[in-house]
Amino acid sequence: METAMAFLGGLYFAVSIYLMLSQYIIRILLGAALFSNGVNLTLFTMGRITRETPPLIPPDAYVGTPDIANGLPQALVLTAIVIAFSLFAFLLVLVMRSYQELGTDDTEEMRRAEPRDEPVPPLGY
Amino acid sequence: MAETARPQIVLSDALVMQTPPLADWLVVAPLVLGFAFAALCLMTRKNTAGQPALALTGLALMLASKIGLFVHVLTSGTVVMAMGRWLPPFGITFTADMLGATLALATGIVGLAVGIYAVREADNTERRYGFYPFLLMMLAGVACAFLTGDIFNLYVWFEVLLLGSFGLLVLGSRPEQLDGATKYAFLNLVATTLFLVAVAYVYGLFGTLNMADIARKAAEMDQVGPRLTIAALFFFAFAMKVAAFPLNFWLPASYHTPRIAVSAVFAGLLTKVGVYALLRIFMTIFPGDRVDLAVAIGVVAAATMMLGALGALAQTDMRRILGYLVISGIGIMLAGLALGSATGLSGTAFYTVHSMIVMTALYLLVGVVGAKTGTFDLARAGGLYTQMPWLAAIALVLCLSVAGLPPLSGLWPKIYLVKASIDVGVWWLAAAILVSGLVTTIALMRLFTLAFWRPSQFEPGEQGVIGQAGTMGRSAYPILIALTALTVIAGVYPEPFIKVSDRIAFELMQPTGYIDAVFGDGTATTPALTVQ
Repeated sequence: METAMAFLGGLYFAVSIYLMLSQYIIRILLGAALFSNGVNLTLFTMGRITRETPPLIPPDAYVGTPDIANGLPQALVLTAIVIAFSLFAFLLVLVMRSYQELGTDDTEEMRRAEPRDEPVPPLGY
Repeated sequence: MAETARPQIVLSDALVMQTPPLADWLVVAPLVLGFAFAALCLMTRKNTAGQPALALTGLALMLASKIGLFVHVLTSGTVVMAMGRWLPPFGITFTADMLGATLALATGIVGLAVGIYAVREADNTERRYGFYPFLLMMLAGVACAFLTGDIFNLYVWFEVLLLGSFGLLVLGSRPEQLDGATKYAFLNLVATTLFLVAVAYVYGLFGTLNMADIARKAAEMDQVGPRLTIAALFFFAFAMKVAAFPLNFWLPASYHTPRIAVSAVFAGLLTKVGVYALLRIFMTIFPGDRVDLAVAIGVVAAATMMLGALGALAQTDMRRILGYLVISGIGIMLAGLALGSATGLSGTAFYTVHSMIVMTALYLLVGVVGAKTGTFDLARAGGLYTQMPWLAAIALVLCLSVAGLPPLSGLWPKIYLVKASIDVGVWWLAAAILVSGLVTTIALMRLFTLAFWRPSQFEPGEQGVIGQAGTMGRSAYPILIALTALTVIAGVYPEPFIKVSDRIAFELMQPTGYIDAVFGDGTATTPALTVQ
């Protein structure tokens, strides 16, 4: 099971890196969203996957059985999902605003902060 | 229900039983104060006139708590506090050793300085849209990143400070800001996500997220392969965050776009959090793998410091010159990590604090220059020496300090780093430090000559575009004088500063002290100081 999940995570990373190599912001955005999902899968798999034994302690026992599922990765994934979601929401608005302001989603043309025709610095006093 | 035999539950196996001493609570004070005042500022954000007073109170209290923490760590060694009383490695711990406490203190100084400067700079619209809440949350995030003892928690603090910095970066929504913010946001998002991948592998390999516990288990592990992979991934992720060559291009694209106060706090703090994380990971957690990666780190360090210095030489915008100097400074900090000796690490620690203070001061100074002359363009600025001789004097001191000339604070860490490089025969790293220092001097002296010595380039009556001239200069003076005084004092009388940085280096060289402090009774002291 872990092997299959590792391949799935790898697929997510491959697709997201391919998308992020694009010059168009909207594809980079989709790539970033997939990237964080790939990480979530990796985090989840790293806690090892055990089936159908919920991490609950039976009513008459004081400790759980040794083969119960690991609850910690779920807490980590939950945190990572929330953070990735908030960042994605911010990026979405940022991309929309910069498309409105700059009139392009092509990173090659987004040169307001670093103009292409910048003058050379003064060479003499 | 039948009475079953209750097993004896010993709470002290898993929980901290005694209340920690009052002084230990200082470890969480920056977090509590930062978020409390950020929430207060957010609630009263429509009262734009009252915002600065509230925020400055918060910033001053944060600084006071960090001074307290620094003194506490200095006198009684590493301070550990477990969240929810759960003993490590189960609970999240906050662990303040000398490195974390010192950097947190520098964060407090930079935060207060920038907060005071921003009173004049951030206008009512920006205050209403949350300038101060963003600033306070970002500063809390930075301070907690320096203090946390849990690697997943470190990731969370990175995201907290990143979100705060996004907010600060786009306030105003000018086109060049949006352009810079897009690049900054994507690159930093990818870097933190890569960091999270590395954290996932750490958890998969060691089954724990507590830094001290990972360090303990990593030291016992004899398989080098997986550990080295994780260490390399951490290096890649943080090299992106600190803007090391060749992953540095987002920094000069974004740091000059927002308000000067924002640029100053970014330049002072954000990249240094990455340097801290690298020191923590390679010295405390994976010291063995640092040795394997030392040459790679050294090459990156040399390339980064040279690229930063040469980039600064090629710019016309004063803010972008400083952006490249931030990068150059990162290279110098990484040099100590590559060397890994006590002298080198001491130099890195000293240089990090020096760079936090001086880069912030330089950005604020350029802000005053911009407000006075109406431009950040070196081709047009000029004539400040006759108008404001004292500002020119401060500018000269700060420029010489960044360049590392005596008798200022940039000198001593560079001497340490050059000595450490020559001690182990890495002559090229020593050469890179010295040559980049020379190029930095040329770049900054050009800035000084053109902006200050040269007569004004504007026609009489012609005005630049940046407003707020006049008032800006006077209110910025006390901050600039205070920060400049710090660099002069650290340069002329470096003894106490070097003592602290030597102790940081000593603690980094002996990770067992950190581990014992976390797993001891919480009051374990650092072993007696014996440097050299």
